[in-house]
Amino acid sequence: MTTDPGLDETRTGAAIRIDEVSKTFGRGDTALVALDRVSLSVAPGEFVCLIGASGCGKSTLLSLVAGLDAPSSGELSTGGRRTALMFQESALFPWLTAAKNVEMPLRASGVPRAERRERVAELLDLVQLSAFGDKRPHELSGGMRQRVALARALAQDADVLLMDEPFGALDAMTRDLLHEVLEGIWRRRQLSILFVTHEVREAVRLGDRVVLLSSRPGRVIGEFGVDFERPRGMDSAQTVGLAIKIKDRLREEIVRHGH
Amino acid sequence: MAIETPQEPAAALAGLDQLELAPPQQAKRHILAKTWAAAWPKLLALVLALVIWQLVYLSGFKSAILPGPATTLTDLWHQLHHAQLWSAIGTTLRRAVIGFALALVIGTVVGALVSRIRPLRAAVGSLITALQTLPSIVWVPFAIILFGATTTAILFVVVMTAAPAIANGLIAGADFLPPLLLRAGKTMGLRRVSLYRHVIMPATLPAFVTGLKQGWAFGWHGLIAGEVVVIILGQPSLGVFLSNDQDQADMAGAISIILVILAVGIAVDLLFNLVNGRIRRRWGVADNSAS
Repeated sequence: MTTDPGLDETRTGAAIRIDEVSKTFGRGDTALVALDRVSLSVAPGEFVCLIGASGCGKSTLLSLVAGLDAPSSGELSTGGRRTALMFQESALFPWLTAAKNVEMPLRASGVPRAERRERVAELLDLVQLSAFGDKRPHELSGGMRQRVALARALAQDADVLLMDEPFGALDAMTRDLLHEVLEGIWRRRQLSILFVTHEVREAVRLGDRVVLLSSRPGRVIGEFGVDFERPRGMDSAQTVGLAIKIKDRLREEIVRHGH
Repeated sequence: MAIETPQEPAAALAGLDQLELAPPQQAKRHILAKTWAAAWPKLLALVLALVIWQLVYLSGFKSAILPGPATTLTDLWHQLHHAQLWSAIGTTLRRAVIGFALALVIGTVVGALVSRIRPLRAAVGSLITALQTLPSIVWVPFAIILFGATTTAILFVVVMTAAPAIANGLIAGADFLPPLLLRAGKTMGLRRVSLYRHVIMPATLPAFVTGLKQGWAFGWHGLIAGEVVVIILGQPSLGVFLSNDQDQADMAGAISIILVILAVGIAVDLLFNLVNGRIRRRWGVADNSAS
C-alpha cells in the first residue's frame, strides 16, 4: 500500500516512482490497454504536469499512484509518503458544511476533536475561505468548492498531491487566481505534485516539468523542462512560446493516430 | 490590478467570492403570511369538496341513505366527545407505530443486505418490487389463517405491506450512490464501517426517507384493511368502528371514521414532508416550492 501511514518514517528517494507500469482493462479481444510501460518519477518538492489528449490514461495513472487500483504490471512507489487525490469535480459531501468536509479526513485518521477544529480553521484560512466554513457545497461557487476540496486534500497530511484536472471546469479568472493559491501552498508546504491537465499553458504555468503522454495506449512520449522564473503568467511570452512547442509535439502525436 | 500581482491573490479572490455569492435578495415573509400561503389552497379544496357534497345531498341522490355534510359533521363532533373513539384511535395508532417500527427494522436489514450483496440483489431484488405491487388486502386471509384473529395478524399485514417499500428505498439510494463520492471517501482513508457511516449512509438518506414515507402509506392501508376484518373483542379500533357502521348501515358514522382516518394520514404525511424538506434543503436539492 502506498498510503500506509506506518511507512511514514522511511520516506526515501523519489516522491513518486512509476516504473514500467502497464494497466489493461478487461481481457481477451475486448481488452483495453490504458497504460503501456509508463515510467516517470517526481522528485520531492517537484511540481510535474502530465499532459495528453483524451484517452491517454491520465486519470488511470493517478488512481494507481493513489493506491485505488493496482497496475497490471510494473512497479509504483511513493517511498512511504501519503498521497491525496483531487478531482475535476470537487466531490465534496453535499450533506456536510465546508468545514465538516475538510474535517472528514482528520476524523478518518483519528485526530482528536480539539486538534481537528484548530487544523480545520488553519486549512480554511490557507485557501482563504475562513468566512465560509459553515456553508454547504451547493451554496458555494465552483472555484470555492475546489478550494474546499484542496483544503480537504491537504487535511490528509499528504506529501504527495495528485490532481486530476482540478481547475478544468472553472472560468479563466478564477483559475488564474487558484494557480497562485496552489503555487503558494506547494512552495510553503514543500509538496510534491503530479498535476494532470489537457490545457498546455496551464501545465507550463505551473510545472517544473511537463510530461507528455500519448493516447491509446498511454505512453510517455516527451518531456519539457520549464526553467523560467516563477511566478509565471498564463499569457506571458515565455509561457506561450513553450506552449506552442509542446502543442506542436502533441499534434504530431495526434496526426499519427489519424493514419 | 490585483490579478497581475501573483504574490497577493487574496484581495482578488475575496472580491470574486463576494461577486459570485451575491445572493438574489429574497424578501423574508412573515411566518403567518407563509402559513397562510401554504394553507389557503388546501382550505379552498376542502370548501369545494363540502360544497359538492352538499349539492349532491340537495339533489336528493340516495337521500334515504346519504347524509349531508351538516348531519355527518355533527355526528363526528359527538363522536369526538366520546372516550370510545379516542380509545379506538389510540389502538390503531399504537398498532401503526409498532407495525411500522418492525417494518423499519426488517426493511432496513433486508434492504442493506440486498443492496450490498450482488447475488442476493439478482435473486430477490425484483421480488421485493413485486411484493410492493401486491394489494395489502391479500395478506389478510393469509395472516388470519396463520395467526388467528389476533393483533399479531394485523401487525403481520402492516409489516408485509410496509417493509418492501422501505427496503426498496434503501436499495434505490444505494443504486444512485455517486461513485465519485465513494472514491473521495476511499482516498481519505475511509474503509468498511467508517465508509458506510460517513459516506454511504448519509448519501442514501434522501432515498431512504422517501422509502419510509411510502412504507408508512402502504402500511396504513394494510392496517385499516386488517382491522376491518380482524375484529378482536374488547379492543375497539378505527377498523372495528368502520365495520360496525357497515353492519348498522350508519353512513354518517362511516363517513366520520373515514374523515378521522384521512386526518391521521394527512398529519403523518405532513410530518414526513417536513423531514424530507429539511433533508433536501441540506443536500441542496430542494426546490423552494416545498408543499
